[in-house]
Amino acid sequence: MISGLFAALAAVAVVAAGSTASLAASKSKPPQKLVNYLVINEDSIPEYLSGRPGDPKQGRKLVISRKKGNCLACHKMPIPEKADHGGTGTDLTGVADRMTESQLRLRLVDPKRIIPDTMMPAFYKIQGLNRVLPKFKGKAILTAQEIEDIIAYIVTLKE
Amino acid sequence: MKIYQTLVAAFSVAAVLSFAAGSAVAEPKDPDLTDPRVKRYIVGEKYSGYVVNEPETRDIQDDDFQNPAFLWVEQAQSLWSKADGKAGKSCESCHGNPEVSMKGSSASYPKIHKKKKTLLTVEHQINICREEYMKTKPWKWESDQMLGMSALVRMQSRDMPVNVNVGGEAKPYFEKGREFYFQRRGQLDLACTHCHVDNHGNKVRSEKLSQGMPTGFPTYRMKWQKLGSLHRRFRGCNKNIRAQPYKQGTPEYTALELYLMWRANGLPVESPSVRK
Ligand code: HEC
Ligand code: HEC
Ligand code: HEC
Repeated sequence: MISGLFAALAAVAVVAAGSTASLAASKSKPPQKLVNYLVINEDSIPEYLSGRPGDPKQGRKLVISRKKGNCLACHKMPIPEKADHGGTGTDLTGVADRMTESQLRLRLVDPKRIIPDTMMPAFYKIQGLNRVLPKFKGKAILTAQEIEDIIAYIVTLKE
Repeated sequence: MKIYQTLVAAFSVAAVLSFAAGSAVAEPKDPDLTDPRVKRYIVGEKYSGYVVNEPETRDIQDDDFQNPAFLWVEQAQSLWSKADGKAGKSCESCHGNPEVSMKGSSASYPKIHKKKKTLLTVEHQINICREEYMKTKPWKWESDQMLGMSALVRMQSRDMPVNVNVGGEAKPYFEKGREFYFQRRGQLDLACTHCHVDNHGNKVRSEKLSQGMPTGFPTYRMKWQKLGSLHRRFRGCNKNIRAQPYKQGTPEYTALELYLMWRANGLPVESPSVRK
């Protein structure tokens, strides 16, 4: 019992997402301050990044937007009004049957923690990147609230 | 109430229309791999971007009279025999007929320059001839003159297999190019391999990925509405993933070109190609 608890505790990692971002980026603007989050069992992030649930309608717009999520670049999704769904990622129809909300959150925030050589970008991360265009340097692709909006939408993708 | 109903009706018509319009442009048909025109550009596991082109784009490339790149080539043909610079020479003064002197030459570029002991592309070599032998100004990389001349030189190797040497003095450049190819970059944190090795044949949005072969450059791209260099394409593929590109002609892109040409060894040169 006690050892079980211990093991569970050991599997919790706090990620200080923004704190050690390179100051080399400071020529343009100081790097964005990202909120810290907990990763459980290298598999999920249980808490809302922004402290509150997202808006699924907004999330649906963000997954389409080329400037934001642009998930359609790589994924098929049940969004019939758009014809240009890419095919390098998995079909996300029914993805919420396969994964929990907390698992989906880590998938979006930093998928490389799960699949190191994945093609999928980390949507909430500014460290460890190489030759980012100055315009985007020190910025995550999405904000904490945008992550939550997308999560609120993709948890509805059940079959 | 009436207004509400009309609105709803208008909305659903719009939705149907945009869906129909969308599906009309979607799903490019898979190419017929037994078509002899397509077959030429498939060698073993390798194939060029010609294969994933729409049939209409292939038709334009296959007909020199329709291929807009030939506007630049024609201009280059007249530049070829025009004296320029303090030495009073033209390309022709030293190289005679390009169809003879340049036949097959570009298939082994980039290559190590014998005297300069450094890796050079066709474009670099043309500017060495201009500056050092003709005593005139170099052409800008992406200028109409350079693109046209590069196309004129490279098309003398059309249908000949790429055959670059990556050993000996070229080896360190090759290693550098390979490293570039596999290195993640940009805010989207992707390497060339993610798209052109792991996912060729799959679509990104509505664009079908090819193996990203360099054999058709300079290429006439509909999106550019002009001829463009391979290094311009590198810049595009870098910027799309929000990575800082290099300038055309830099040692980084020259080494990358060598790596790509090595990947293409055996595929036929198809300059000047036509792409979407
Ligand atoms: C550049 C391509 C790319 C983009 C953009 C992308 N993904 Fe992915 N995604 C992938 C790939 C490839 C996989 C398959 C597993 C792997 O290799 O990581 C994947 C896997 C997933 C999974 C796990 C699915 C499963 O069944 O295991 C989820 C969830 C997901 N992506 C959601 C998203 C969302 C939401 C977005 C937009 C915010 C997005 N992805 C954008 C490439 C991408
Ligand atoms: C996010 C995916 C992606 C990445 C990463 C990417 N490209 Fe591309 N590239 C494309 C797309 C899409 C096209 C146009 C369709 C095609 O031919 O694949 C293209 C086309 C090309 C072409 C032209 C092929 C032709 O036949 O005209 C070359 C060359 C090329 N890429 C090289 C590279 C190099 C080198 C890198 C790495 C620095 C790279 N690409 C990274 C998506 C990508
Ligand atoms: C004064 C003589 C001279 C003139 C004029 C000249 N070149 Fe050259 N060119 C050379 C020499 C010599 C070489 C061999 C490489 C070297 O020494 O730099 C060469 C090599 C080349 C090559 C490489 C051929 C191969 O098989 O590797 C190309 C391409 C080329 N020249 C294009 C041009 C073009 C285009 C022009 C006109 C803009 C031009 N040259 C003008 C002397 C000349």
